[in-house]
Amino acid sequence: MAESESEKIEIGEGAAIPSPEDKGLVSAWWIALLGTVALLIALPIKDPSTYGKVLTFIPDGILVTFEVTILSISLALVIGLLTGLGRISKNRYINLAASLYVEVVRGIPLLVQLFYIYFALGRFVRVPDIVAAVIAMAFCYGAYMGEVFRAGIKSIDFGQSEAALSQGFNQAQTMRYVILPQAWRTILPPVGNEFIALLKDTSLVSILAVADILRRGREYASESFNYFETYTMIALVYLLITLILSKLISNMEHRLSYYEKR
Amino acid sequence: MKNADPIIHIKNINKYFGTFKALDNVSQDVTPGEKVVVLGPSGSGKSTLLRSINRLETIDSGTIIVDGHDLYDPNEDINAIRMETGMVFQGFNLYKHKTVLENLTLAPIKLKKMPGEQANDLAMALLDKVGMRDKADSYPVMLSGGQQQRVAIARSLAMEPKIMLFDEPTSALDPEMIGEVLEVMVTLAREGMTMVVVTHEMGFAREVADQVVFMDEGAIIEQGTPSHFFDNPTHERTKLFLEQIL
Repeated sequence: MAESESEKIEIGEGAAIPSPEDKGLVSAWWIALLGTVALLIALPIKDPSTYGKVLTFIPDGILVTFEVTILSISLALVIGLLTGLGRISKNRYINLAASLYVEVVRGIPLLVQLFYIYFALGRFVRVPDIVAAVIAMAFCYGAYMGEVFRAGIKSIDFGQSEAALSQGFNQAQTMRYVILPQAWRTILPPVGNEFIALLKDTSLVSILAVADILRRGREYASESFNYFETYTMIALVYLLITLILSKLISNMEHRLSYYEKR
Repeated sequence: MKNADPIIHIKNINKYFGTFKALDNVSQDVTPGEKVVVLGPSGSGKSTLLRSINRLETIDSGTIIVDGHDLYDPNEDINAIRMETGMVFQGFNLYKHKTVLENLTLAPIKLKKMPGEQANDLAMALLDKVGMRDKADSYPVMLSGGQQQRVAIARSLAMEPKIMLFDEPTSALDPEMIGEVLEVMVTLAREGMTMVVVTHEMGFAREVADQVVFMDEGAIIEQGTPSHFFDNPTHERTKLFLEQIL
C-alpha cells in the first residue's frame, strides 16, 4: 500500500457533513431534511394501508439498527485506537501486526467478512446473531478507524510531544494528556463519517437474521407484496437518520475547535 | 564557584545523523548557577548538543551526567531527570488545547501530584513573574509570539527545575518581541538559575554568560568568558563568525 504522509484525512462513504458555516436556510441539507420529513408524513396519510403499515413494522428495527451501530462503533473505536497506535509504534512486530490487520480487512468485502465471521464463529461458539454482527462490523471498521487515528495523531505537531516529554511525561502520558485531546478534533469529522457509513452498512446484517430496519421491512414486504412502498419508506427512514446525525456531528466538530479561535 | 561539582557533565559525546557527524567529541561542564551561552553558525550542532542534555536527542557515544544521574544508565528514570531540566523551544510548543494557566499546571498536577489549588497558586505567581497574569485564561493561539514564549518559560519553571535549557528562544520572534523574552531570561539568570542557552543574541551573551561556547561543524572550537570571546578570540573561525554577525 502506498504510504502518503499527507495530513489530510479523506475517507469517503459517509454522508456529506454540512459545514458549520453553512447557516442559510436554503442549503442542500435543509431541502433534503424537509423533503424527507414531508414524504414520511404525507405518504402514510395518503395511503395508510401500505405506507402507513410499513411504519408500524419499522420502529423495533430502528432500535436494532442503532444498537448494532453503537455497539459496533464503540468496539471499532477501541480497535481503531489500538491499531492506530500500533501503526505508529516503533516496535516493528506491533507495527507489522497492525499493518497486516489493516491490509487484510481492507482487501475483503464487508459482506464476505460478515458471512465469514458469522459462520466461522458459529463453528466454535454459539453466539447470538447480533453479537456476531457487531464483532464482524467492528473488526472491519476498526481497520478504517485505525487509519483515521493514525492520521489524526500524525497531524499533531511533533513539538507538542517534545514539550511534554521535556517536562517529564512518559510516552503514554504524552499521548493521553497532550496528543490525543488535540488529535480528537482532527479525528472527529472522519470518525463521524465512519459512524454514518457504518450505520448504513448495518443494513448488511439483515442477511444474518438480525431484525434491523431492512430486515423488518423485508418481512413486511414478503407477506404484503408491497415492495415499492416498503423500500420507499425504508430509504426515507435511513435518509432521515443520516441527515440528523450528520448535522449533530457537524455541530460537535464546531464546538471542538474552541481553542483555534482568536 | 569554579571548583563546584558540575551539575551537567558532558564527556566525549558523538552523534551522527546517518553519515553526517552532528556532534564531534564534545565535552563541556556546567556548574550550578552557571550560565553557558552556546553560539555558532546554523548546522553547527549547538541545538543537537542542547537537546542531548535532556535526551530529546540520543547520542551514539560518550557520557552525559545531569545532577548525578547518568542519562544512559538503564537503571535511571529519564522522566524523573527531565522533570529537573526545563526546556524552552524556538517554536514555543505550548499545549494548544490548554489555557495559559492549564499549560502551567498540567505537569505539576499530573507528574508531581500537586493539589490543584497549590498548582494554580504556583502558576499565577509564575505568570506574574513573566508579566502574563492577565492572560491566564487565554488559549495560546490568542497570544503573540513573545507572549507565548514568556508563558513557555513559566511553564518550564512550574516544574521547579534545577536547570533551564533554551533552544534559540527568540529566533522565531518578531524583532519588537525579542526584548520582552530576553528580559525574563535575564531576571531568571540574576536569580541564580543554571542556564544553557543556544542563541544568536550577542547582547544577551555578553551581559549574562559566565561562559561562552563556540561550536562549528559539531565540535566546540573555542570557549571562555564573554570578554575573552568577543574581544580576544583566538580561533580564526571564531573571528570570522564574529565579523559576520556583529
